[in-house]
Amino acid sequence: MILAIASGKGGTGKTTISTALAVAAKQKVNFFDCDVEEPNGMIFLKPESVTTEQTFSQVPQIDKEKCTSCGACESFCQFNAIITLAGRTIVMNEMCHDCTGCGYVCPNNAISFNPFKIGEINRGIHLSPDGFEINVVSGVLDIGRTMSPPLIRQVKKDIKPGELNILDCPPGSSCPMLTAVDGSDYVILVTEPTAFGLHDLSIAVDTLREINIPFGVIINKSDIGDSGVTDYCKKEEIDILLEINSMPEVAKQYSEGVNILNDIPEVTEKLQKVLEMITTDYCEVV
Amino acid sequence: MIIAITADKGDLKSRVNPRFGRAPVFIVFDTEKGDFEVVDNAINMDATQGAGIQAAKTIINTNADVLISGRFGPKAFNLLENSSVKTYVSGEITVKEAINQYLANNLKEFTKEEVL
Repeated sequence: MILAIASGKGGTGKTTISTALAVAAKQKVNFFDCDVEEPNGMIFLKPESVTTEQTFSQVPQIDKEKCTSCGACESFCQFNAIITLAGRTIVMNEMCHDCTGCGYVCPNNAISFNPFKIGEINRGIHLSPDGFEINVVSGVLDIGRTMSPPLIRQVKKDIKPGELNILDCPPGSSCPMLTAVDGSDYVILVTEPTAFGLHDLSIAVDTLREINIPFGVIINKSDIGDSGVTDYCKKEEIDILLEINSMPEVAKQYSEGVNILNDIPEVTEKLQKVLEMITTDYCEVV
Repeated sequence: MIIAITADKGDLKSRVNPRFGRAPVFIVFDTEKGDFEVVDNAINMDATQGAGIQAAKTIINTNADVLISGRFGPKAFNLLENSSVKTYVSGEITVKEAINQYLANNLKEFTKEEVL
């Protein structure tokens, strides 16, 4: 099963919930930190013997002899990474999303691809307190790079469909979030009961409905703010999977890299029920 | 001489739009003819990324010698500089005032050092 944890708004508790789920599952888990611009899963799941792999995206290189500056690649590129100007075709490597489509549309076979360093992938194994293996895979985008989807796609190559895969996704609902949740069986949207939480939740909900991935909501810090999020979920017939109260002690422990299950063990059982429900209702294979 | 200005609307009374890549229109003023053309930039207003690059291409293709806007990003600036388009900064005055200010040598040139 592939279970993605996303949010819309940042800072609502995606990592808190996903690292807690990885431990609460009490089975072998593959954990993916897809929030490659600010990965923090490894702070809470402290893997051992971490190995690091350099990662590259494939960026187009133009053969000047063959290129006629016809502009086919430029008009194909949805990200304005290629521009034809004054008889030259210029590639902006840092804007390329690694789709390689330009290579297909070039009528003169003038495009080949070169590796372009974008980041690293760290891998290690964390043994949960109950003795279960958690394979942690964490992408780290290089400083100065802005295109995270190619790296997120490479992080996700380690997904093993027959096992439980938990994906800690980037905030928002644009390309990075879409790349991360793509292919999931189910998405848990973590939100908070504030105007900001509701605003960004509703965009994430619209996004998931557009791509037809089932989802439910966890309301974190549920005793603050207002009833906007619960009213919205009721109106939209969205499952509220769990509500967790705001606890200053949890925030303090979070700042020290302590898993939330250490502070509130009773959450373990609740998360297990959530997992069980998702597994039964949305995925036949665990 | 051809002077391009980023603007809210396609007339000389319009405000100079402070955003280069995502300005609604460019006014391309020919000082010899004393006349101008309006170049639409709507396609770039909603671009996910690379608005500045496409806008720079549009400006370069107008054969402008000078471009007046609020500020310029690094990628657009490099393209403009390589094509010898000089970049100038104006406050939020009217397009007509900006042209007059430029011709009176009162506008500040935007330089490589100011690119973030």
